Amino acid sequence: MAAALLDTRDLSMHFGGVKAVRNVNFTLAEGELRCLIGPNGAGKSTFFKMLTGQLEPTRGQVLFRGQDISRAHAHQIARLGIGIKTQVPSVFDGLSVRDNIWLAASRLNSKERARRLVDEMLERIGLVDAAERLVGQLAHGQRQWVELGLVLSTDPELILLDEPAAGMTHEEVLKTAALVREINRSKALIVVEHDMQFIRMIAKQVTVFNQGSVLVEDTVDNIMRNPQVRDIYLGKQAAA
Amino acid sequence: MNGRSLNILGLVLVSVTGLAFMLLTPQLAELDTVLDLTVYMIMAVLALSLALIWGFGGILCFGQSAFFGLGAYTYAIAMFNIGESTLPFLLAIILPAAFAALLGYFMFYGRISDVYLGVITLTVTLILFNSVNSTAGPEFHIGTARLGGFNGIPGIPPLNWPFNKTAAIDLEGMFYLATGSLLATYFGLRLLLASQFGRIIVGIRENERRAELLGYDPRAYKLATFTIGGALAGFAGCLFANWGNFVSPTIFGLAQSAQIIIWVIVGGRGTLIGPVIGCIGIQWLSAALGANQPSGGSDLWSKIFANAPLILGVILIAFVLLVPKGLVPTLGDIGLSLVRRRRAREQRGFEPQQAE
Amino acid sequence: MDLVALLAIQVLYAVASLALISVGLAIIFGMMRVINLAHGEFLMLGGYAAIVATSHGISIWVAMLVVAPIVVGLIGIIVERAIIRFLYGRMIDTMLATWGLSLFLVGLTTAIFGNTTVGISAPLGSIQIGAYRTSAYTLFVIAIAIAVLGAIFAVMRWTRLGLIARGTMQNADMAAALGVNPPRVYAVTFGVGAALSGLAGAVLAPVSGVFPTIGVAYVAKSFITVIGGGAAILSGTVSASALFGTINQIATFVTTPVFGEVALLAAAIVLIRLLPQGITGRFFRRGL
Repeated sequence: MAAALLDTRDLSMHFGGVKAVRNVNFTLAEGELRCLIGPNGAGKSTFFKMLTGQLEPTRGQVLFRGQDISRAHAHQIARLGIGIKTQVPSVFDGLSVRDNIWLAASRLNSKERARRLVDEMLERIGLVDAAERLVGQLAHGQRQWVELGLVLSTDPELILLDEPAAGMTHEEVLKTAALVREINRSKALIVVEHDMQFIRMIAKQVTVFNQGSVLVEDTVDNIMRNPQVRDIYLGKQAAA
Repeated sequence: MNGRSLNILGLVLVSVTGLAFMLLTPQLAELDTVLDLTVYMIMAVLALSLALIWGFGGILCFGQSAFFGLGAYTYAIAMFNIGESTLPFLLAIILPAAFAALLGYFMFYGRISDVYLGVITLTVTLILFNSVNSTAGPEFHIGTARLGGFNGIPGIPPLNWPFNKTAAIDLEGMFYLATGSLLATYFGLRLLLASQFGRIIVGIRENERRAELLGYDPRAYKLATFTIGGALAGFAGCLFANWGNFVSPTIFGLAQSAQIIIWVIVGGRGTLIGPVIGCIGIQWLSAALGANQPSGGSDLWSKIFANAPLILGVILIAFVLLVPKGLVPTLGDIGLSLVRRRRAREQRGFEPQQAE
Repeated sequence: MDLVALLAIQVLYAVASLALISVGLAIIFGMMRVINLAHGEFLMLGGYAAIVATSHGISIWVAMLVVAPIVVGLIGIIVERAIIRFLYGRMIDTMLATWGLSLFLVGLTTAIFGNTTVGISAPLGSIQIGAYRTSAYTLFVIAIAIAVLGAIFAVMRWTRLGLIARGTMQNADMAAALGVNPPRVYAVTFGVGAALSGLAGAVLAPVSGVFPTIGVAYVAKSFITVIGGGAAILSGTVSASALFGTINQIATFVTTPVFGEVALLAAAIVLIRLLPQGITGRFFRRGL
C-alpha cells in the first residue's frame, strides 16, 4: 500500500451535547481522488473544517504526511498544502476577479510570475472577460469558479471540494467533472457531493458518512447497489 | 476612461494641488491663517493613520488618540530631558508604535472580535486620559519633565535640524513640515497599499477566513498594520506638540477620539483622500462654530450652535444612518451611475426603433 | 481589625458601584447585542434628573429611586425608536451612532446646565467603625446594588416578562410566531437598561457630583466589566465587578486612585488574553 497522504485517527467533534463527527478513521493515499457522500448533517462539512484547521477537534488526530496537524492554525495547514473550496463560495467580494486570484498566487511566487499565473488561471476558469469585475457582482456559478481558481493558485497537494457541482447546469457539471479529473492527474482530492452522476464521472472509491461516522467505504458501483446507503438517502427523502 | 488612468489622474491632481498649496500659502496668507492651516495638516496625518488601519485594514480602533497623545507626550518629556530634538522625534514615533504593537498583540492574538476591539481601544484611551489627568502634583515627573496633570505641559521646545540644536524651526517652517509630512504620508500609504502587503491587508478586511485558508496569517498582518498606524499617529502627535508648544490630557480624550472617527466616516472608509477632506472640513466647521461664540447671545439656540460636541454628534449619527459609506465613495457611486445612465441613453439614441 | 472592616466595606462598595454602573449596559448588550457608547451619558442624565427633581422640592429619595429611572428609561425608549432600531444586526454602526448620541447629549447638557459640577449632598450621616468613620451612604449604595441585581434575577427567572425577553433574544422569529412583538420587546429592553443606568447615575450623584462629561469617568469601567463578565448578564456582571472592584480598591488603597484604575485595566487585558473564549464566548447559549 502506498504511503498515506492524509490519515485521521478517532477524529471527533462535539458541539455541546451534539456529536457532529465521531471516531472517524479515514485514510487517503497520495494522488487519490475520493468522494464523500452522506445526507445533510452527516458531518462532512465539519470533517472538512477540522482538516483545514477551522475547527479544533474535540478528540483524535489529523495526520498530513505523518505530521500531526490537528491543533495547527488554518494558515499553517494551508502552507503545508491543503486547500479548500467551501460549500458557500468564500471569496474576496470587494476585490476584482484578477485581484482575488493574485492574492492566492502571490504568496508563493514573485510578482512577475504571479502576474503570469493569474492570466493562465483566468483562462483556465473561463473568466478572462470578467477579470476586472468585482467578485461580489458575479453570479453564483462564476463565484464558484473564482474560488476554485483561488484554491488552485496556491498549488496545494490536497484539495477539498465541498459540493462543487451544486446549483450548476448540466454543461457546467460536465465541465467541472472534466476539471476535477484534470486536477487529479497531479493532486489528491476529496470531493463532497450529492449528485451520483457527477460522482460516477470522477470517482472510483466512495466513503459514506452517516450521523458523524463512516458508514461504509467501497467502489462507486458497489455503493450504488448498497441497500444501507439507499436507505439513508431514501429515508432522508421520505422525511423531507 | 478606465480605473487605472482615473487612478493616475487622481495622483497627479493630489500632487499638484498639494505642492501648490504648500508653496503658495505662506506667500499669500496671513500668519494666523498659516498657523490654523498647519494644525489642519497635522490632524490630516492623524486622519490618515486611522484611514489605513480602519478603512483598509478593517481594524476598528476607537482609540487612535491614545497613540497621538503618547507621541505628543513622549516628545515633550524627552525634549525637556534631552534638549536636542533628534532623539525625542524618533522616540515620539517608536514609543507609540511599540505600545500599539503590545496592545495589538493582546487583541489580535487573543482573537478578539471587532466590536470588542473598538471597546478595548476606547477604554485604553480613557484610562490614559484619567491617568495623565491626575498627575498634577510635583511628585509626578519623568526626569526633569513634570507631567502637569490636567494643566498639561507648556513651553515645549520646538524641533531643530537633526543634531543641530541652534537651528530651531519657526512657524512658517512648521507649516512646510506639516504639509510636507501630510503629502509624504499620503504618497507613502499609496505605495504601501499598492504593494503585496497592502493588497493582502485589504484581502483580510474583505474575508479574513479566506485569507487564512490561502495561507496568510491575519493576526500578523493586522498587528503590522496596527503598529504602522500607531507610529503614524505618534508622528502626528509629535508635530502637534510642536505646533502649540503645549500638550494636555484632552489630547487623549473621548472628544479627540470621536473626532478622528468622524473624519474617517464623513470622508469615507476605504479611501485616503476622503479622510483628509473629512478632517479638514470638520475642523474648519468646528472653528467656524467656535468663532461664533463670543458674538452670539446667551440664549439656548446660540449656545447650541456654538457647541461643537453637539454638532459633531449630530453629524456622526446622520452619517451612520444616511451616508454610511462616507462622502467620497458616495459621490463616486453617484458619478458612476450618472456616467452609466448617460452611456445607456446614448446607446438607446443610436437604435431607437428597436425598443418599439 | 477596624482597618480590615473598613477596607472590606470599601472593597464591597467598589464592587457594588461597579455592578451598579454596568448592569444597564450588560442588559442592553447581553440581550440585544447592542453596544451602547452613550451609556455614560445615560448615567449622567440620571444624575441631572435627580438634581432637577430635588431642586423642585421632590424628596431626594423619590428623585433618585423613581424620577431618575423613569426619565432616563423614557429617553432610552425614544433613542431606540429614533436611532437604534434602524441599525439592528449592524453592531459597529450601532456603536458609532451611539457614540454620536453620546457627544450630542454632552453638548446638549452643557448648553442647558453649563460646564460646571452640580452637587447634591449625600443624605444619611456617617457611621463609626472603631477608630474610623465612614459614610452611611456607602452602605446604602451597596444595598441598592444588591436590590437591583436581586430584582433582575427575579424578573428574568420567574416572570412572564423575563421569559418573553429571554425567548425573543434567543430566537426573534420563533417568538414572533408565538405572538410576541419583538420590536416592542427590544424597545422595552433598551428602556429598562437605560432606566437602570439612570438609577445608578442618580444614586452615585451625591458621591461624585454631576457634570456634562462625567459619563467618561464611568464608561471605561463599565465596558471593562461587561467585557470581562462575558455572555451571562447577571453572573457576568457580578463576577467581573467582584474581580475588578477588588483589584481596583486594593490597588487604590496601597497606592493611589490613578494606579487603581491602571491596575483595573491591566487585569482586564490579561483576563481577555487568558480567556478569549470566556469573553467573546458564545452569545447564544447563555443562562441568566
